[in-house]
Amino acid sequence: MRDDANISWDSLKRDRIERIQAAIPLVKMGKEVDASNAVALLETVIKPYDKVNIEGDNQKQADFLAKSLCEVDVEKIHDLHMVQSSISLGSHLDLFEKGIAKKIDFSFSGPQADRLARMIDQGTIELGDIHTYLELYARYFIDLTPRVALVAAYQADRNGNLYTGFNTEDTPVVIESVKFKQGIVVAQVNEIVDQLPRVDIPADWVDFVIEAPNPFYVEPLFTRDPALITDAQVLRAMMAIKGIYAEYGVQRINHGIGFDTAAIELLLPTYGEELGLKGKICSYFALNPHPSLIPAIESGWVKSIHCFGGEVGMENYIRNRPDIFFTGPDDSLRSNRAYAQMAGHYALDMFIGGTLQIDKYGNSSTATAERITGFGGAPNMGCDAKGRRHSSEAWLKCGQEYGMREQLTGDMPRGKRLVVQLQETFREKLAPGFVDRLDAWKLADKAGLDIPPVMIYGDDLTHIVTEEGIAYLHKCASLDERMAAIRAVAGYTEVGLSADEAETQALREKGIVKTPEDLGIDITKANRNMLAAKNVRELVKWSKGLYEPPARYRNW
Amino acid sequence: MALQEMNFTFQAKGDYESIPEEWSHTGVVGSGDLEILLRHEDLGGKVEAKIVTPVKGFDDIWEKVLSKFVESNKVGNVVIEINDNNSTPFIVSMRLKQALAEAKGGIL
Repeated sequence: MRDDANISWDSLKRDRIERIQAAIPLVKMGKEVDASNAVALLETVIKPYDKVNIEGDNQKQADFLAKSLCEVDVEKIHDLHMVQSSISLGSHLDLFEKGIAKKIDFSFSGPQADRLARMIDQGTIELGDIHTYLELYARYFIDLTPRVALVAAYQADRNGNLYTGFNTEDTPVVIESVKFKQGIVVAQVNEIVDQLPRVDIPADWVDFVIEAPNPFYVEPLFTRDPALITDAQVLRAMMAIKGIYAEYGVQRINHGIGFDTAAIELLLPTYGEELGLKGKICSYFALNPHPSLIPAIESGWVKSIHCFGGEVGMENYIRNRPDIFFTGPDDSLRSNRAYAQMAGHYALDMFIGGTLQIDKYGNSSTATAERITGFGGAPNMGCDAKGRRHSSEAWLKCGQEYGMREQLTGDMPRGKRLVVQLQETFREKLAPGFVDRLDAWKLADKAGLDIPPVMIYGDDLTHIVTEEGIAYLHKCASLDERMAAIRAVAGYTEVGLSADEAETQALREKGIVKTPEDLGIDITKANRNMLAAKNVRELVKWSKGLYEPPARYRNW
Repeated sequence: MALQEMNFTFQAKGDYESIPEEWSHTGVVGSGDLEILLRHEDLGGKVEAKIVTPVKGFDDIWEKVLSKFVESNKVGNVVIEINDNNSTPFIVSMRLKQALAEAKGGIL
């Protein structure tokens, strides 16, 4: 028997109450704290060695709170363990240079990838793990629960209810984990109002609200100007539509970020229409509101889109298309990264995107030796969800074709997620898209990672599309055959130059490799004129003036 | 940026065909793109190629791309002049096919 007299079962709760009471002198009214007291508030509610979350989503950033945290007295607050989705702002890393924070667990670090790598190399940052979004959220509820969350919302009311509106993103999942484990939630808002358009976070999940001096920063991450789409991208998009979307009848999809998938979206109303595919493919998406999808939506291709986050300029368009998007009683978009990632993992038939490097086995990575970019959400969509039990036409067909199924599960039928990489054999500056060994190995060595950061593993990858052809990798019966199929579409890269002509010919006869010619596509006819919109202005026209692109995309 | 020049000579196996016109010009030297001049010239069936490009160190790939073009399209008695601005090998082979198609009657 334990000595109950010496055990406390509510130390977290008592600690929370102590911290909140200590902050009472800083509160102006209700939960409201003046921006001028932000640093003092953080010095009061955060303790050394705490796990702290700064809401840094793919798009929305709690930038004022991040900056304020950089200004705390390092004598009072130090050695924090940051747990956050994204390392997007300079201030996220300044914390480590100042000694305020020591360790980080995160998911994505796009804009700060170089500096992060340098700081890990110099020992300024202790790296925990690099996660996918869904994986990091999962750990918030197991062993990485933040003690304090610093979140961002558009508006708060006088009681502390929050409106996260168009860019809800990660806020609900972060607050759920913190608040219900006796943690503390501080929100920065663009304004405090009497009446919110809708309540996204109820007031009793929020401890303090600060009206920030400036609206929070949002990155237009998913806007691709059609004017920059190349003929080679049009060709790969045509091949994907004919050789994969049509072939499998793919209805439920996530498109990665990039010009290749933007080209696919812009070919649906033209080339897709020509092939008679409307209603047969591309009806449902887990997707950020890509402006390049507007022509397909307006032409009646799309039934439903659930969004991870918002996209600057798409607010009004979405407000006017509630049949397509998930919107609130106030008519604005409800995005939610946790639910969209869950949907992306379990309810999609296909993930299709691009990458930096694919190795000779089919493993792919966006890591280079000098940059730690993290994963974001792609691996949860770019994999076969092993817990999936429902079926669909595309999933069943891909499973039937799976060349190694019998070796693994005998005669038991099982479907397979389509995981497709669109890859230019050479990128700009003639960097090869296919390599013998991924740069991720060098990075793992340099940054002391347990394993190289692989975005999509070869055994999950089902198709590679290059200008040379499509490799239907899942049809292969062995790793040797897969490697031959990869070589066959790797063009003039070193991997491609090692292809054996007779072997490639045999793979074509088996339908494991299909060239543009095999697919009935004339490459001399692939050009930008086939795009439903050729520039941002035409996207605005398609949207009937509802899409309002950011200034940097307006050149007319 | 310093430009460099490469010259290659090819000979298709078996039959070959030149272009019907005296010359044909296609493409523009935009970023990541190239212009191609095809000229009919009696070279005893050979193809002569001259490439001007800012890209260094990819001579063998240029040779392979051009050789494959000559071989698979059975080209002969043609001079190919290319002004390149950082095209990828695929863009080069696509533009070559387009240039040949145009020279043979503009089926684009």
